[in-house]
Amino acid sequence: MSAVWPHLPILQVIIPLFGALLAGFLRRSGLAFALALAVSWVMPVISIALMWQVLSSGVISYHLGGWEPPFGIEYRVDVLNAFVLVLVSTVGAVTMPFARRSIAFEIADDQGAWFYCMYLLCLTGLLGITITGDAFNAFVFLEISSLSTYVMIALGPDRRALLASYQYLIMGTIGATFYVIGIGLIYLATGTLNMADIAARLGVAWTHDARVVIAALAFVTVGISLKLALFPLHAWLPNAYTYAPSWATAFLSATATKVAIYLLIRYFYSIFGAAIDFDSLPITEIIIALSVAAMFIASFIAVFEKNLKRMLAYSSVAQIGYITLGVGLANQAGLTGGLVHLVNHALMKATLFLAAGAIFYRAGTVQLKQLAGIGRKMPVTMAAFTIAGFGLIGTPGTAGFISKWYLAVGALDKGLWLLVFLIVGSSLIALVYVGRVLEIAWLREPGPKVASASDPPLSMLVPLVVLALAVIFFGFDTEWTAGIAGKAAHYLLAGLR
Amino acid sequence: MPTLSLTNLLAHYNYFITIFLMMSGLYIVVAGSNMAKKLVGLSIFQTSVYLLYIEPAKIVGGTAPIIDPAYTVYSNPLPHVLILTAIVVGVATLALGLALVVRINEAYGTIEEDEIFERDREQ
Repeated sequence: MSAVWPHLPILQVIIPLFGALLAGFLRRSGLAFALALAVSWVMPVISIALMWQVLSSGVISYHLGGWEPPFGIEYRVDVLNAFVLVLVSTVGAVTMPFARRSIAFEIADDQGAWFYCMYLLCLTGLLGITITGDAFNAFVFLEISSLSTYVMIALGPDRRALLASYQYLIMGTIGATFYVIGIGLIYLATGTLNMADIAARLGVAWTHDARVVIAALAFVTVGISLKLALFPLHAWLPNAYTYAPSWATAFLSATATKVAIYLLIRYFYSIFGAAIDFDSLPITEIIIALSVAAMFIASFIAVFEKNLKRMLAYSSVAQIGYITLGVGLANQAGLTGGLVHLVNHALMKATLFLAAGAIFYRAGTVQLKQLAGIGRKMPVTMAAFTIAGFGLIGTPGTAGFISKWYLAVGALDKGLWLLVFLIVGSSLIALVYVGRVLEIAWLREPGPKVASASDPPLSMLVPLVVLALAVIFFGFDTEWTAGIAGKAAHYLLAGLR
Repeated sequence: MPTLSLTNLLAHYNYFITIFLMMSGLYIVVAGSNMAKKLVGLSIFQTSVYLLYIEPAKIVGGTAPIIDPAYTVYSNPLPHVLILTAIVVGVATLALGLALVVRINEAYGTIEEDEIFERDREQ
């Protein structure tokens, strides 16, 4: 054990990477699933061990191949990325048992193994982006996760999945290329790719020629914003989430956009914010304005959607707005709120999309008008959906309330009292779209499509119930979410210039 | 701050080529409706970034960084290595994109975007 202990950071990447290779060789979807499950259950153990190490003894710096940074690639784990690592790996571990039946139902058997192979590659990429301390290494992991995501989406049961995947490929590649252009400009200005080293040198480049630094910041911001679906760069997301296999949607909505948001926070707070005077640029204003636009416009679109998954996808765009709002507020309470919502939204959206997957598994449709009375036929599934739905609205007693509380406090601390009303107002729109589904599901007589539906088997039900209970649990006990997010926010704000 | 002058502009002609490629690639992606052609545009866009990295790294008369008294002028090897990685990523993206276009052609019978949207609407 003591021999493995110092090498935990690299294991976060190596284990799923080799798991993916092996899954590709196995070819049998049952075996590949068992492998994916084993890997998914090992990852949280490692990331929680890393979190424990960080909390007890501070930042971990791991040198790949023994090369000293900034010459070699450095994996750097602090409170912030340990927090995101735990989130990503735990979501993978909790949702994975659901995949077996759902994927077998939606994907041809000979393609099942490839799906798990792609999932493991995606996990490699997401954990890699989160753990690396090297700007270019982050790009490589970004592309690993993106390429595998395109394949996962394209494996969806409808032919429109192919189109959604293609559109995402175009947008995603433009985003990643913008990111590389930004990194190239940073490298030209500073001569380094190590994130901590860039932060140390960027100040000199800023005083020498601010234009290069501003251009780099713009390219990096737009590139990552495409990945995280910041309004109005979210056009790829609704189709991708609607037509991807149900389980893939649940996993991606809870992890992929969150990791991109993490990367944006890293650039804003640990790299650019640490080196240059951020207040001289109108960044926070732009981010807050776009976040508010996302909260309202995407929520409005969600109200009128006819397809449950597409409605949840638009709701995701709106909820991402809350997270970026916290990023833009840039004070202790606001940033804590953003980071808490990162976790809370992941839990709620995973629950909702898994519920949608369970409905598709039993009823064969996610068109809202055909789902009348589904709550009476699938009571446990819809109970989980209801709990997570109340979380989205921000009802007290659910995790969603905690995030909105911190965000509102952050807005007040900044003197933006209007923003508090906007946060409450957009929650009311969430009440409309969630309420519409609940009314259809619980109050109407069951239609022909759902007549023979019933709650799914235990392997699908347990992840759903565990996540729904987590939404309630984190509404009362905030030590693990808001407590650690507060520490991360404090750490990030202390690093600002 | 560098001043704007003709010599300054000419001295940076390589950047203008890069930006021209970048913009034409991006334009093809945005304006095209044939899915295969859009991927070609995407590829040009990515290729322009390779130039952005390589040009400043190359020094006229510079060689590979060989530690030997005979060589004193080196080109910076790091951007070259980075772009080797980026080229691999670009090839993988293009291959996956083209594979998707083949599948789309099988499913829809066309790779023109507006025709595909029409067929989905009819459905």
